[in-house]
Amino acid sequence: MEAQSISRIPLTSTTPVQALRRYIGRWGLIVALLALPAYYGVRDLTHGYQVGYNAAGHAVVRHDLSQLGFNFVSGLSNGSIWALVAMGYTLVYGIIELINFAHGDVFMIGSFTSVSLWATLGLGLATGPLGLVFGLLATLLIAMFVCGSLNVLIERVGYRPLRAAPKLAPLITAVGFSFILQNVGLLWRGGSPVGVSDLIHENDTMFRISGVIFHRADVLAFAVTIPLVFALTWFIAHTRPGRAMRATAQDPEAARLMGINVDTTISLTFLIGGMLAGAAGLVYAMYETTIWYFQGFDAGLIAFTAAVMGGIGNVRGAVLGGLIIGCIQQLSDARLGPQWTPAVVFGYLILVMILRPRGLLGEETREAG
Amino acid sequence: MSEVRRSHARVPAPEGAGELGAQLREWSDALRRRLPPWWSRALAVVAAQLREWSDALRRRLPPWWSRALAVVVIVVGILLPLFFSQTSDFLNATLIALAYVVMALGLNVVVGFAGLLDLGYVAFYAFGAYCVAWFGSDFFFKAHVHVLVSGVASHEIGIHLNFVLILVCAALICAVAGILIGLPTLRLRSDYIAIVTLAFGEIIGVLAVNGTSVHLGGGMTLTAGNLGISALDPPYFPGLGSLNTLKLRAWYWLILAILLLVLFVNLRLRGSRLGRAWIALREDEVAAVSMGIPAVRTKLLAYAIGATFGGMSGVFLGAYYTVIDADYFAFSFSIFVLSMIIVGGLGSIWGAVLGALLLSYINYYLIPDVLNSIPRDLGLNFDLTQLSFGIFGFLLVLVMILRPQGLFPERRRQLELTAAIAPQDAELSEPPA
Repeated sequence: MEAQSISRIPLTSTTPVQALRRYIGRWGLIVALLALPAYYGVRDLTHGYQVGYNAAGHAVVRHDLSQLGFNFVSGLSNGSIWALVAMGYTLVYGIIELINFAHGDVFMIGSFTSVSLWATLGLGLATGPLGLVFGLLATLLIAMFVCGSLNVLIERVGYRPLRAAPKLAPLITAVGFSFILQNVGLLWRGGSPVGVSDLIHENDTMFRISGVIFHRADVLAFAVTIPLVFALTWFIAHTRPGRAMRATAQDPEAARLMGINVDTTISLTFLIGGMLAGAAGLVYAMYETTIWYFQGFDAGLIAFTAAVMGGIGNVRGAVLGGLIIGCIQQLSDARLGPQWTPAVVFGYLILVMILRPRGLLGEETREAG
Repeated sequence: MSEVRRSHARVPAPEGAGELGAQLREWSDALRRRLPPWWSRALAVVAAQLREWSDALRRRLPPWWSRALAVVVIVVGILLPLFFSQTSDFLNATLIALAYVVMALGLNVVVGFAGLLDLGYVAFYAFGAYCVAWFGSDFFFKAHVHVLVSGVASHEIGIHLNFVLILVCAALICAVAGILIGLPTLRLRSDYIAIVTLAFGEIIGVLAVNGTSVHLGGGMTLTAGNLGISALDPPYFPGLGSLNTLKLRAWYWLILAILLLVLFVNLRLRGSRLGRAWIALREDEVAAVSMGIPAVRTKLLAYAIGATFGGMSGVFLGAYYTVIDADYFAFSFSIFVLSMIIVGGLGSIWGAVLGALLLSYINYYLIPDVLNSIPRDLGLNFDLTQLSFGIFGFLLVLVMILRPQGLFPERRRQLELTAAIAPQDAELSEPPA
């Protein structure tokens, strides 16, 4: 903001108000983010929480932090799905400054493709572990390929012809594609949530660490997300196309003058974003064991919030934002009730915007300047 | 420096739009080669003649022409429902479309004039609609307030205000809400404004759904959530009587009156000091502030005025639907209204009007009432309502790709987009109408 950049010129003396403002800008968001778990942690320790009833019918109350730890584990695993979707948002926003509203629906198509592929491959509750691993790997690859191509296609048809158009025009085509994809989902699986077979018995306990339970679904989410995040950060940091992506994000015209094919680079960005969304779609289907045509809409908003919280345009920020949003969601689901979760998440989004508009890890990039 | 680059540096236009584009270009080249050599000259002559005629026509028209046209349009608008039955689908679609025009005009103030991208406009629809529920039904059953209401309503429990008073209340509440939503966005850039407003809109939606668990004392809650608040008072006008949900003409005239009021305010605002300040802020905030435009007050006024119009339309739609259900207030509503003003042409009043009419007719008349019977007429067993989402999305994509500046762009914006323009056409100095 122009007015803000004027006020950033260092003054000779610092008034207490300015010092306070700077202090809030630096620490306010972190304090706000820690407030929720700290409050519930203290509450669990002092008031305790009920874990069930003993043989005599009395409530069993425990005073420790393992419930909070459990919230965090499910939050992190849930958040790693959002992280995958959020990376797609942040890559696309970083490079063409477009809020890609269709991205959440590409994620939904990823879920639908995966579930249909399970049926085609014959994966079911009776499949042995080896078949399951290979079947799921094949599904993962195909879902990533389908979503990546879909995203590239959308860019080609909907966004590329509008590069020179007013900035809001591609936003509307993105909304249009979002509606079209939702309609595809509606025709594909009907209008109500569909249960899918719980292939990995997601709620079985895998192991415990000091009282905190890790479900299979949690482990699966980490197992898919962590390698993908590392692969992507390595790709962006160390390969030629990755460098081209960063250069294009910084200044497309200069990148073109340096001999970078901007169109191909943008297509590549959409391909990667779509592939990540496809992977997230598969994990989501196994994690939640329900899919429906509208899931992409909510997921899109949440993942976008995550991308903004981390600092839009910043891949590591998107991951961090996704994990934080996942934890906020789980805490709110478990303590306040799921019906309030969207309000809590968006409340945090507003806090981020007020306290630290560039996000947690955001730098002074082209779009955040 | 970065600010300057941001507004002008765009990703350069693509070199070739791929295989399809190359094929199309090849075909058009082939076609051009086949055409006789005098073809382009003939076309130019015809175009010049047409332009000359239209200019001549414009010169011949008397100065009161535009006013006369406006009067004719208004009279046609007033007489229109007399040609349709009281319960016709078309009249229903038309009056919903007019309500959306009011919404679009309100959002156009915020997004089009002031350049503040608002993705949470649904919040004001919610406030307006809930004003009808709060101040015009037995929902707050502990209260006994009756002001200028019909005989039936004056004996019921709850708060019952006259429809016009509800409109005023909604306008005030929405103006305050608009300022509150605007405050945290003042220091932010356009995309971030979009995000904050989106978050506010979503929070209002969640509050509407979960209002059943927000207790106000005495067993009263904030909203009735997805159960909906029904038994709303129909709008009552002393001396004229109450509106009846089965007689659509009166509803039509009511929304037409609201629309004309809002349209008049919009037209006056555009040329006013405030309207010019909005446009200046939109175009270059630093320059505008250094010329002495109070940025904070101007932006907040844009939010407040836009919200007021949205709230008024919300009051009408709430009263017309007769049930206030929290499910109405979803994000897709904000997007729907935003699509209207972008399809119409951002910042252009007539663009907003026509864009809103176009999209709401497509959504509320063309798809449900006209297109749906086509498969049946063709003898196909196929339900088109399942495709309405997709058709709407497809039309949005199509319109934007064919005409990214919108159907009726604002003249100023049109000039920005077509840099090479003949001097006599550059009427930037033209006084606003």
